[in-house]
Amino acid sequence: MADLFGRGEKPEYLFWVGCAGAYDDRYKKVARAFTKILTHLNVSFAVLGKEESCTGDPARRAGNEMLYQMQALQNIELFKMYEVKKIITICPHCFNIFKNEYPDLGGNCEVISYVQLLDKFMDEGKLKLDASKLKNNRITYHDPCYLGRSNDIYDEPRSILKSLTTNYVEMDRNKSFALCCGAGGAQMFKEAEKGNKEVFIERTEDALKTNPKIIATACPFCMTMMTDGLKYKNKEEEIKNYDIAELIAISLEL
Amino acid sequence: MIKQIVFAIALLITLGAFTFTILRIISFFKLTKKAFPVRDFGKRFGVMMEVAFGQTKIFRRPVIGFLHALVFWGFCVILIGSIEMVIDGLFGTDKVLKFLGLFYDIIMASGDVFALLIAISILVFLFRRVFLHIKRFEGIEMKKISHLDANIALSIILFLMLSLLGMNSAYYSHTTLVGGTIEGVYPVSKFLSAIFSGLTTDSTLVQYEIFWWMHILLIFLFANMLPYSKHFHVFMSVPNVFLSRLEPLGKLPNMDNVTREVKLMMDPNTAFATPAAGAPIERFGVKDAEDASWKNYFDSLACTECGRCTSVCPANITGKKLSPRKVIMDLRARMKEKGPMLVKNGKDYTDNKSLLRDYISEEELWACTTCNACAKECPININHPTLIIDMRRYLVMEEGSAPGELKAVFSNIENNGAPWQYSSEDRLLWAADLEMNVK
Repeated sequence: MADLFGRGEKPEYLFWVGCAGAYDDRYKKVARAFTKILTHLNVSFAVLGKEESCTGDPARRAGNEMLYQMQALQNIELFKMYEVKKIITICPHCFNIFKNEYPDLGGNCEVISYVQLLDKFMDEGKLKLDASKLKNNRITYHDPCYLGRSNDIYDEPRSILKSLTTNYVEMDRNKSFALCCGAGGAQMFKEAEKGNKEVFIERTEDALKTNPKIIATACPFCMTMMTDGLKYKNKEEEIKNYDIAELIAISLEL
Repeated sequence: MIKQIVFAIALLITLGAFTFTILRIISFFKLTKKAFPVRDFGKRFGVMMEVAFGQTKIFRRPVIGFLHALVFWGFCVILIGSIEMVIDGLFGTDKVLKFLGLFYDIIMASGDVFALLIAISILVFLFRRVFLHIKRFEGIEMKKISHLDANIALSIILFLMLSLLGMNSAYYSHTTLVGGTIEGVYPVSKFLSAIFSGLTTDSTLVQYEIFWWMHILLIFLFANMLPYSKHFHVFMSVPNVFLSRLEPLGKLPNMDNVTREVKLMMDPNTAFATPAAGAPIERFGVKDAEDASWKNYFDSLACTECGRCTSVCPANITGKKLSPRKVIMDLRARMKEKGPMLVKNGKDYTDNKSLLRDYISEEELWACTTCNACAKECPININHPTLIIDMRRYLVMEEGSAPGELKAVFSNIENNGAPWQYSSEDRLLWAADLEMNVK
């Protein structure tokens, strides 16, 4: 972003990579896949790179409002400095906090989740998906709480997946009834409280009941949890967990 | 005339007792903190029509939801008949609303049919509570008294419906016997009066009077029991839906007092511009009942303990201690305990207990994933996660107590701008050798 701005250029979108996209080895692949799709679609975008910082979501949901607001105000300053108008996120937690919570602190950008953007490109005919690549794969989708219940984004991921496979299958608990992966609200970063079971195992069992070949996710936390769940159930060889962006990249051979 | 006097006294006692209770509850509301400003009345009206009168969220469980919807819609219709009874009782009139004509017939007929449907639904509800062990009705927060409360309220509703049907059928048979005009239409009671035929005009009149008084006195009694029962939701749930938080479920309310602090920190110049001393120090987050907002407390009074929230809570499903229903019930219980003492002794009163720890443990609070399943499921739009987060805010900002791993996350965010301990210099490594469309 800094380079472009220095040259007096303004990209249409800021692609917010998020901490998981930048640092999590598995999720880096999602950030790469999504970048390839944007490039393939000729979308004008830039990333903040070293200037990007945590949105403050885990801090806020763990009760550290002070730290959240410091992060948020700094990020908002940065957006203002680079005259950011539209932000694309791959992480639903970043999406939710930018869209719903930053405006209270004066951060008013148009915030778009990558599934919304990709679905829009499909509707406009710019993104053409090839159902033949993944057609033999039975795919199920785990709704991230922060896309689904929190922001009512249920249809876009489904319409993408249904264009990728003719063998799409719903879990029993889906859409607004979906079960959390167990990692939201800063649970990702701590041991779970004592119980009979881990939430991600319960959710993985929901997914396994559909007898899938691929479990599709749309959130870095969900991805970590479902991947762990598959390992726990010794299913990681037969069943794969991919992000929706990765599935699109596969179908486009990017 | 005597009937009118007795009725007026009964009504006065009812209204007096009810006013006393409501004023008491209002005094507790005065202890609470502000929530959001209540605006957007049009939108609120829409939510109320959809969620309360349309019963849309109760239908998330279609079968039992349908029975509840029947009870709700029935109550709305029967309420008109009850208002008529109060007017008749006070002024010595008889079926005063009959001038409404066809509309009156429709109201009376549907009230009559609903009375039967409600009675059947209540029997199903009672059967479920007494004989079936529904998981959702259990939990550590569900004490013996909670079950008793539910069963008593259901029984009263059952008797309300039976007395209404008794009243209608006695009216029907008495009016038929004396050859008068029957005001209103009574499809169920007409059938019932046929079964109990063969009585004299005197005994049908006595029968009618007995059921009439039974019905209205049960209403008076019920109205005054409700505020002390979880069935207060009969009054509170429609207003609670009207007062719903209209923001997306994922949005947490901003803490403006923190914003002020943070802005001071980021720009020390403003420090001189704000008045330093004199202003009372506000507590960050929720520790005790009086730290909660009026909406949290409203939620707690409106809660029916149906347990739909807890039954979809991922933490609860997997055996962790958190139960969203318990959080809401605890707030109500704590206010009941401390509220009167605060009203009596002023806001500095302390009994060395608090909502946090004495009622809700840290373990419960830290188990929440903020997935919002509870809030989505709640038939009357209670918002549990905001209260849970407000209690975490107290723990973290006032006490500096959080699980160790989270403290590490805080310092990582502070120092590296990420929850993990990686250098911000490495933020672009994922994109190495990637062709990017930067233009």
